Amino acid sequence: MLKSNSRFFGLVFQISAVLLALVFTTIVLLITQAQPFEAYKNIILGSFGSVTNISNVVVAWVPLLLASTGVLIAFSAGLWNIGVEGQITLGAVFTTWVLRLLLDSSLPPGLILALAILAGMLGGALWAVFAGALKTYGGVNEIFGGLGLNFVATALTIWLIFGPWKRPGIGSMSGTEPFPDTLWLPMVPELRMSWWSLGIGLVVLVFVYILLSNTYYGLKFKAVGKNRTASELFGIPTGNYLMAAFMLCGALGGLAGAMQVVGVYHRLIPSISSGYGYLGLMVAMLVNYQALWVAPVAFFFAALNIGSIQLPIVLKLDSALSGVLQGALVLFFIMMEGVRRRFTKGK
Amino acid sequence: MDTNLILTGLAGVIAAATPIVFATIGETFTEKAGVINLSVNGTILLSAMAGFVVSLTTQSIILGFLMSALVGALVAMVIAFSSITLKQSQVAVGFVLTLMCRDLSYFLGNPYMGQSGPRIPPAFPIPVLSQIPILGPIFFNHEILVYLSYILIIVSYVWFYKTREGLVLTGIGERPAAAYVRGTNVNLRRYLYTFLGGALVGVSGPMYSLAYKAGWKGTISGLDGIGWIVLAIVIFGGWNPLRAVAGAYLFALLQWLGLVLQPNLPNIPSQVLQVAPFPLMILTLLLVNIGNAEWVDRVLAGMPEGERRFFSRLLRSIKTSPPAALGTPFENQ
Amino acid sequence: MNIELRNIHKWFGSVHANIGINMTISSGTIQGIVGENGAGKSTLMKVLSGYIQAEEGEIILDGKSIKIKTPADAIHYGIGMLHQDPLDFPPMKVIDNFLLGNSGGIFPNRKTVGAQFSELAKQFDFSINPDDYVDSLTVGERQQLEILRLLWLGARVLILDEPTTGISAQQKDKLFDTLKKLTDKGISIIFVSHKLEEIESLCQRVSVLRAGKLVGEAVQPYNTDDLVRLMFEKEMKLGERKCFGNNEAVLKVVELEIEDYRLHIKGVNLEINKGEVIGLAGMEGSGQRLFLNVLGGLIRPVGHSKVTINNQNLTHKAYINYMREGVSYVPADRMEEGLIPGLTLTEHFILAEDNKGIMINHEKAIAVTNERIRDFNIRGKPESHVEELSGGNQQRALLALLRTHLSLVLVEHPTRGLDIESAMYIWGKLKERCEAGTSIIFTSSDLEEILQYSDRILVFFGGKVSNPLNAKDTTVDQLGQLIGGKGF
Repeated sequence: MLKSNSRFFGLVFQISAVLLALVFTTIVLLITQAQPFEAYKNIILGSFGSVTNISNVVVAWVPLLLASTGVLIAFSAGLWNIGVEGQITLGAVFTTWVLRLLLDSSLPPGLILALAILAGMLGGALWAVFAGALKTYGGVNEIFGGLGLNFVATALTIWLIFGPWKRPGIGSMSGTEPFPDTLWLPMVPELRMSWWSLGIGLVVLVFVYILLSNTYYGLKFKAVGKNRTASELFGIPTGNYLMAAFMLCGALGGLAGAMQVVGVYHRLIPSISSGYGYLGLMVAMLVNYQALWVAPVAFFFAALNIGSIQLPIVLKLDSALSGVLQGALVLFFIMMEGVRRRFTKGK
Repeated sequence: MDTNLILTGLAGVIAAATPIVFATIGETFTEKAGVINLSVNGTILLSAMAGFVVSLTTQSIILGFLMSALVGALVAMVIAFSSITLKQSQVAVGFVLTLMCRDLSYFLGNPYMGQSGPRIPPAFPIPVLSQIPILGPIFFNHEILVYLSYILIIVSYVWFYKTREGLVLTGIGERPAAAYVRGTNVNLRRYLYTFLGGALVGVSGPMYSLAYKAGWKGTISGLDGIGWIVLAIVIFGGWNPLRAVAGAYLFALLQWLGLVLQPNLPNIPSQVLQVAPFPLMILTLLLVNIGNAEWVDRVLAGMPEGERRFFSRLLRSIKTSPPAALGTPFENQ
Repeated sequence: MNIELRNIHKWFGSVHANIGINMTISSGTIQGIVGENGAGKSTLMKVLSGYIQAEEGEIILDGKSIKIKTPADAIHYGIGMLHQDPLDFPPMKVIDNFLLGNSGGIFPNRKTVGAQFSELAKQFDFSINPDDYVDSLTVGERQQLEILRLLWLGARVLILDEPTTGISAQQKDKLFDTLKKLTDKGISIIFVSHKLEEIESLCQRVSVLRAGKLVGEAVQPYNTDDLVRLMFEKEMKLGERKCFGNNEAVLKVVELEIEDYRLHIKGVNLEINKGEVIGLAGMEGSGQRLFLNVLGGLIRPVGHSKVTINNQNLTHKAYINYMREGVSYVPADRMEEGLIPGLTLTEHFILAEDNKGIMINHEKAIAVTNERIRDFNIRGKPESHVEELSGGNQQRALLALLRTHLSLVLVEHPTRGLDIESAMYIWGKLKERCEAGTSIIFTSSDLEEILQYSDRILVFFGGKVSNPLNAKDTTVDQLGQLIGGKGF
């Protein structure tokens, strides 16, 4: 009886968090003297109003899905991998590098793409290992290590775009020279979407789900994250597992970056990570370690992002509103969890 | 090089460092009391926007600054409340807030982008002091905010090192239980210091939007990222307001040097110098934290006693330890 | 100043830590409070000093009922407590520690206060430099500082919680002199300890607590046996005494030296045979835990120590090496170190088994879990989260996690939190392992348990280790006295 009671209870608190977030966002809208209903309507239309829009949401969904699942692995192991943003960037850089290297080679395009994507995963993993080593061997908190590396990654990208990899003529913020469409992931005609990236995203999701809930590795990650001392007594090499968590998260981030290059922009642009890393952290904070929930939550967040692109155009509002709603959701979620605990403790 | 140019440049360093001085002193107080406010980056953006908007609409600079202080304090209070009363993670809440405040600042500030608003009164020299050779032009010919920062530094120093309350502040962050048995209301004080620290961080925002980078420019305001530097400087400063201030000035100096030396070093891309603070930050954190690493303990355990003691002491001297109770809520049991 | 505690009840969740305690402390006396770990001594004193509040009961000062809600209130009434680990600020100076908390002006006058401090220190012949940092002081000096501070604030009743743990003999003598000087001035002292010799020489009266209740009082001169009986008496049903030790050595320890910031254990030599059970007795904090940790490779010994398991030299090696040799460590702190909150029973058993492959075989895991649940009588389901189990069942789970075919089991407090039947059952299972050749080294604060199940016993007191005693030939009283420090 108590169990179903507390599950229902939990649901009540979760729903109130969502409601509070909506109320908060509405208040923010009212402050700018905007029409909340109009704003929400435009967001919904902007994300679901047409086939193009929906495909854009899917395009935004994939990197977020990848980043979030990676972060989920890190969270399982108790790590705050804020550096995932930089890992996405490095993935994109490595992918671009390999594509440039093999641009004129005689290898079949499929193989080149595969290599480039793998390179992207490697790049992300390496960047994560940096942050991991700083933490494990240098005692540098992974928040600051990751953050610093994020900024370095961005600077690296800008240097590449304006320096060695600049477009013939002048370097410009529009990025490097776009790759010929033989080196693009096969796209759906008329849309910016590629079934391949969607497929890869979903496959990864399933893989991570299986990893975390059905393998010994996943269980050991969880153990290390929840009680490192006890895990040592179980014979788990916790240091290795922590580094592995960093690497896996980095690899998935790098994969997201690779997707951004071969599936969306087809070149390296300055802000190629587009905040998906940070957003992925927020998604992971909401799903409470349940990997399958990442898909709908990430989809919702992606829809918010794409939908709010309409806001400046139609209503002269800044598209950052999506970030406000996303942030409010996570914030109230966390706070309501605290309220719920106080409630149940008093029993 | 022309001495005047150097002096002007250095004066510029002092001016540029001033908002960071306010923010780092504020965050030092908050963390010293045991609360970590990760939202600093977002708060600075939000308060810069708020300060600009308020002073634009009310034509009062003072109201603008007051509002920003309030904004900063309120954001910090969310963290304090979530952590002290709701017992949730300061890191999680702070992280969400830093992103959210940034987005709030862009969204709410949107209608005011590019507008020109009131600015703080221009620089004025302090009689007598500004005549001192070298030091005068560097330190004593500034806008009022810089002079206020000097007062803040002095007040912080006195508060921290000379007052009874300063001792209590150190106490609640180090060992709240010991402060508790000495009659201190630990949680109340944590709330107060978080409020105060947040207000100081809030005040630093409009220093940009109403002075150095006047106006609200949204995503290209160049303010994104400063908050993280502030957090790093607090660690670098060893949770000591004077050292933090030194770190702030050092940081501004390095940035200025970077700009100055750029034309002379065309081979090094500008991005390297722009981003240099961050690897430097990592390096600093590495040095001050290396004593904490596990493998170091193991290596030390294997050393003969004399060597062990020597290295221990060496590591201890460069190690900066955060207030022992930083991030942990206090309960008397 | 007479203090009376009337009908004090204190709960921590469902644990009834103080059960209706009535106690009187007369002015100018030294009153001792003794009892095992967990008897409720510290809790009671924390209530008196305002650190925590009792749910029921009264505190009466010189005939008037008073309310003590915070430590500040307590000091206001003149009651001050010296905690076992002095609650001071290690990174701050002595003088700052001293004046922090005292009300006064914005700017503390360190000079005046410093003079008062030195004056006070001289009265008691303490030599502490006000400008030293507290983390450079010894434990004894930190205690002296805290005593001075409490006296300076006007304490008339001083509570000392296990003050002689971790201080040198000279400092102890000085402390006792100080206490006598204080009582001459009319200050009352409450001395909480487990060290019988000290209690007997110092205190005019002694109150004995056991399992939350006040079970007896005594005045000078004392009968040690009576005190021991009051402290440790338990109705215990014990299993049969069975011994399985043979002559093959499994563990060899040579010149073991362990250094901790509080304790220093030296010169321990020991050989343990297969199937033997060794009990480590002593009050908590006397070194048994350290010793056990070293035998499992969790802490590294210093000096010329040598630890050999199954003829493999494992000194200074990591725990994983000990595990490979068949050593398993079962910690005392169930939830902090042994079990993983948030994981289910099944998940724990999956982690405990040596698993091959990548994918979890859920069926097999649940089957194994159910088997263990039956075997150890755990009240819980495979899908129960460990934090939902009662303490006793958590303990059973912890023991059920032990793999089969171990050489050596190191276990802290194997039957803590278990009722009598469960304890017997657990020991039955442990002895089964002995029969199969596994050796066991365990710590316990239950003397009867130590005597009944051990083949040999080591007693720890302040870092000193006794020679191995034959359990068969030792009585409860003898053991109790050794634990209290007599005969070392």
